[in-house]
Amino acid sequence: MSLKNVLENWSDYRKGHEQGGHHDYEHMWVMAVDLDKCTGCNACSVACYAENNLAVVGKERMMKGQGMHWLRVERYWDEPQIGGDDGQFQSAGGSFLPMMCQHCNAATCEPVCPVAATYHTPDGLNAQVYNRCIGSRYCSNNCPYRLRYFNFFSYYEESWPEPLNQQLNPDLSVRDKGVMEKCTFCVQRIRTAKDTARREGRAVQDGDAVTACAQTCPTQAIVFGDMLDKESRVSKIWAKQQVELGKTKQVKANPELRGYRILEGLNTDPCIMYLDRVREV
Amino acid sequence: MQTKDINENIAWAQINADVLRSMESPRMGYWIAVAACLAMVACAVVAEIYQYQIGMGVGNLNWPHMWDIYIATFVFWIGMSHSGTLLSAILHIIHADWRKPIYRFAEAMTTFSLMTAGLFPIIHLGRVWNMYWVLPYVSDRGIWPNYRSPLVWDAFAITTYLTSSALFLFIGMIPDLAICRDNARGWRQKLYTVLSMGWQGDDRQWRNFRKIYLLMACFLIPLAVSVHSIVSADFAMSIMPGWHITSFPPYFVAGALYSGCAAIITLFIILRYFFRFDEYMTIPILEKTCKLTFAIAMVWSYLTLIEFASVWYGHDLVAKESLMERFVGPYSPFFWLMLFCGIICPFALAIEKMRRHLPTMFVVSLLLNLGMWLERWMIVTPTLATSHYPFAWDVMWPGMVQWAIVFGSFGWFGLLFLIFVKVFPSVSMYEVKEMVFHRRHAHRPDLAAKFHRRSSDQQPGDTASGQPRPEGA
Repeated sequence: MSLKNVLENWSDYRKGHEQGGHHDYEHMWVMAVDLDKCTGCNACSVACYAENNLAVVGKERMMKGQGMHWLRVERYWDEPQIGGDDGQFQSAGGSFLPMMCQHCNAATCEPVCPVAATYHTPDGLNAQVYNRCIGSRYCSNNCPYRLRYFNFFSYYEESWPEPLNQQLNPDLSVRDKGVMEKCTFCVQRIRTAKDTARREGRAVQDGDAVTACAQTCPTQAIVFGDMLDKESRVSKIWAKQQVELGKTKQVKANPELRGYRILEGLNTDPCIMYLDRVREV
Repeated sequence: MQTKDINENIAWAQINADVLRSMESPRMGYWIAVAACLAMVACAVVAEIYQYQIGMGVGNLNWPHMWDIYIATFVFWIGMSHSGTLLSAILHIIHADWRKPIYRFAEAMTTFSLMTAGLFPIIHLGRVWNMYWVLPYVSDRGIWPNYRSPLVWDAFAITTYLTSSALFLFIGMIPDLAICRDNARGWRQKLYTVLSMGWQGDDRQWRNFRKIYLLMACFLIPLAVSVHSIVSADFAMSIMPGWHITSFPPYFVAGALYSGCAAIITLFIILRYFFRFDEYMTIPILEKTCKLTFAIAMVWSYLTLIEFASVWYGHDLVAKESLMERFVGPYSPFFWLMLFCGIICPFALAIEKMRRHLPTMFVVSLLLNLGMWLERWMIVTPTLATSHYPFAWDVMWPGMVQWAIVFGSFGWFGLLFLIFVKVFPSVSMYEVKEMVFHRRHAHRPDLAAKFHRRSSDQQPGDTASGQPRPEGA
């Protein structure tokens, strides 16, 4: 750090790099997850582990609640003791809910980070800067979905013993202990897609960037894309379900439409829309 | 039965002698206490080194229990620090002169509990070595901390409060340090010579001293209130049910004063017993402290009930469930113990017979502080156990590493306090003399008129400019 540089360019340093005022988003990456198509196979979770260098912590730590699964597939059983009384569903098995970071546009994790390690990008992503994180874990406490995972230990030696370290994804880092991490919507793939598009002198098209989970899902329950691109698959699904970003309560012409966002009432404005499971009556 | 706050016939030389005696070469019991404190600190240091090497998971922290008793204990120690400010600053301004024999150790308690509290946000960081990133140092990369985060406010508030309270403690001690300087030999004399800053006790020095002391007192009061309000903002500014409660800032401030006053009672009894300060730390003064504690306890109890009522009538289902979970959930034994210690126990302070019985008061004051520690734990942990998202509900009990560090923090505080009482006068000599002086002349209007020459000097407790200088100062 050169003091001379700081003093000479004080007007720039005074506020930091962030410019105030209104920004237009370059992209708005969103997702639609059709729970009716979801079979609970966990392939998305496995793909996420492979793509994002997620640490395998072992059974014991997983049971303790120290797992690092950015994408968790939650199982719900229509259990009698918690008010479910439909025997048919109980025998038919559980329902599944793949949960990954909701990339809220009014994210509650962002304002509480003391060092601004988590912030909103011009792509509409809720980014986590591992190098900046000091591990105060306030963001995780303030995430109503509990979708942030903390490196309680150093995993790189146990999780990928030789020669497994050779299969790590070189496009992103391996995190060490004391750092918070979470789903990034495969930001490395988004960057690659944008770079490729720029090199070829064109705009990013629908399907250029696809997350590992969406790519892997055998039933194509997960659709990923840019909301600002009105022709993209995902924005068509959102429009069809009459779910809009920036609303606390959706006004739907047809109450039969299945689209909803989780904990919408908290006004976190999440970027993932779920389509309710259809149940036979 | 003793009814006078202080014996007004006590000689000034006697006051000096009694206080200076308390600083003389320690007895065996003192060294045993120091050794015990060092052992406790050693426990914490070993635990912290282990946690530093392996990771935060060793204390049993998990998802979703990202915070636990580290943060609860942090809030507890910040709370303890409010007593000194209450006794020395607030009671100074309202001219309650019975504070004079006991405010010094309360102020020391403020500084040392802040020094203990400040360690916890650092210990609980995942990457301790980068802790200075929360400070707004000028970086070549133009990166600033996030000023919207309550944790950054914490860093500012605590460092400001620590600096000011240490300064306040030091300034209030200068005339006493001069007495020590005049009576000390060897390294102590050198130390006190530097610290007393050439105090001669002339009129100009006393005038400036009174001004700066009053100024610091006025500065500290809003600071103390704001510090604990900001600590409560760590919780109140979040979105979590059970934390996001509007009444948290006054609730935290009341709780802070409460636990601080209880700690004053504890230390009062300990100092009185070991240093034989029976002449200064008298039963009537203890009674007054107990009454004050009782009043604050009732404010705190009221705010606790208000919190329950506002959540209950607020009809936020999640917050309601989180509250009910505290009453009947897995943490409920501790919650009920907290309510017992915090709301029922203080009624012992309302009974005169118990107030005057030292062993009872010692136990009660410890129970009150146990209740206040549990209160902080019951704010932090059950909320994380029961949040908006049922899939993430989890019960977690803190592991040995966490307990060791919390345990060690008491040793650290004890160690600092033990060093303090042997190096610095734990009873303010010049203020006790002042108190004796005023009490003596309260019944002698002729003498009072002689000394209070100016009409502006009439009020008792005000600075008596014609007052003879204490011996040795």
